[in-house]
Amino acid sequence: MNVYGDWGNVLAILRRAQWHGYEPSVTAHHPGATFPQSVDIVIGGGGQDSGQGKIQDDLLAIGDKLHALADQQVPMLMVCGLYQLFGHFFETSEGERLEGIGIFDAETRGGPRRLIGNVVTSTAFGEIVGYENHSGLTSLAAGQPAFGRVVKGAGNNGQDKTEGAVHERVFGTYLHGSLLPKNPRFADVLLEAAALHRYGSFTAAEVDDRVADRARAVAKRRPR
Amino acid sequence: MTGGASGSASGGLHGRASWGLSQAAVVRIGRLVKRLTRLRGGGTALPGLVVERLDPHFLARVLGPLAGGVIVVSGTNGKTTTTKMVVELLRASGLAVVTNRSGSNFTRGIVAGLLDELDPEGRLLVDVAVLELDEAHAVKFVEQMTPAYSLLLNVSRDQLDRFGEIDYTARLLENVARATSTGVVLNRDDVLVGRIAHHLPPAVEVRYFGLGAGLRADFPGDDHLYGRGSGDGASPEPRTVDVLLAGLDESTATFAFGDVLQAPVELQTYGRYNALNAAAALSLVRMVLGERADDGVLMRALGALRPAFGRGESIDVGGSELEIVLVKNPVGFRLALASYARREAATMIAINDSYADGRDVSWLWDVDFTELSQVELVSGSRAFDMALRLQYDDVAVGRVEPALKSALEELLRSPGPKRIFCTYTAMMKLRHLLEPRFDLVSID
Repeated sequence: MNVYGDWGNVLAILRRAQWHGYEPSVTAHHPGATFPQSVDIVIGGGGQDSGQGKIQDDLLAIGDKLHALADQQVPMLMVCGLYQLFGHFFETSEGERLEGIGIFDAETRGGPRRLIGNVVTSTAFGEIVGYENHSGLTSLAAGQPAFGRVVKGAGNNGQDKTEGAVHERVFGTYLHGSLLPKNPRFADVLLEAAALHRYGSFTAAEVDDRVADRARAVAKRRPR
Repeated sequence: MTGGASGSASGGLHGRASWGLSQAAVVRIGRLVKRLTRLRGGGTALPGLVVERLDPHFLARVLGPLAGGVIVVSGTNGKTTTTKMVVELLRASGLAVVTNRSGSNFTRGIVAGLLDELDPEGRLLVDVAVLELDEAHAVKFVEQMTPAYSLLLNVSRDQLDRFGEIDYTARLLENVARATSTGVVLNRDDVLVGRIAHHLPPAVEVRYFGLGAGLRADFPGDDHLYGRGSGDGASPEPRTVDVLLAGLDESTATFAFGDVLQAPVELQTYGRYNALNAAAALSLVRMVLGERADDGVLMRALGALRPAFGRGESIDVGGSELEIVLVKNPVGFRLALASYARREAATMIAINDSYADGRDVSWLWDVDFTELSQVELVSGSRAFDMALRLQYDDVAVGRVEPALKSALEELLRSPGPKRIFCTYTAMMKLRHLLEPRFDLVSID
């Protein structure tokens, strides 16, 4: 599930981990493969509707493992398609329902038009800048915290100003961009959680994020 | 039945359009609007909009009577270059051809472009029209006109903020094929395009162009990038190919027509994807000409072809060479980087995010830049996003200068060969800046 440049998120974690002095290793998980034993951070991306059908069975099969990891405070970033399947279900506009693993107390239904454009949200980690492109409309249950509040753009459903969802250290979002390169402080939040899970501590190095800051400033001013 | 009235209106503009105007009057109004927009710098489809409003059947009236009909070329990458190749090959074979200017592949732009081609009676005195069609607007076009032939090049992730999904883009191309009356040429090695053959009626002739087995690895598609996300991980169906790109060494290409290998030809359009575009063009032209096709004439014309602006052309900038390379999507950028990898040059990358460039710059993260040793200048409205991309691939950047004019000036000051990878509107701006100063031979 990687049609929208979400490889950038994996690359950002990889490189930033190296810049902070760690030696990361990446395992790509494909349907049917054994889920790795030792996991410190999980990243999932977006794809076409047709792609979601293909990975669904495997996702349900590893659902308990993912819940267990979430309870252990393992950080996860789930973008777009996988964000939707981390909720209770995704219902296509044809009425077909794809069951999710319920890490987020949320439901998604295919809407009549795509929500596309530049997005800025306000979160506990500062402003997040990204780009959304989805026809799924996600509604969060009453007690389900959002990832952020929409400052510019549509977000989960274009109605309630929420964007994404959070459970323990699991973050779901519709934002591409890619997300983590343009939001380095948030990338480091995920890395810190990964290091804490693995080593009990996180030693950060000085990383030069000036280019990311300029890119954010430009992206924020772009028209919707 | 889709398509317009072929053969109605008896080849002239003698009837009435809307608003009680004669069709000839509509053309005069359109041309006037065109002259006025040119005074303001041109480049808009306003004349086309005006004509369409006044005469909604303009295209059908003007293109319908053509003896050879309308040929359309569409797909994610290569439309402009391939259309130009098809036009040149048909002209070399003795046909009079009208075509649309690059960048005007929306219906409105096509209408605007045709205004200048009409004779005083309002007729197009040509045998055939070869039109480059944007995938999304192709649907509207085939509602008005039935193409006699169509050529579908490829489908890959491109401007998803406009198309939404690759499958949707493939369906748009399928619509074009299904609206075609006589013959369709498909890319055998693009799974999503090849599949379209199953949806065509038996009366329509289908031919294929494709890659020799040894070359497949040199043409990574979306499947390589996305681990089989598109096309279900399926392989291309084995089919007989009319024109095969059998071999490629730098810019020397060897084609096979059926089983018959042709003598190698030196292409002036650099870039391996242009060799495959040539195979596509040859296949279409051979189908259109049928018995009239002369292999020798075609191959000589192919070797003489100069690229369209921004598609691998070399411009002489006061003694050194400047190459402008258009990049629109991950597959195109990857192929461009691979094609130019062995030719050192001072490099600039210019990324804009207007509608025509694609507003979502996420696509840059699906391109691997690690083979670049360094980039002298990064420019365009999303220069900092591009610089950020390079930072994560450990590519040294000289300077980030979003303003294209300043960046171009600085690049031109460096000695030796120079190269600019740029998105569409950045390319148009660069052309505008370069035209008054240097001799741009193939302005199309």
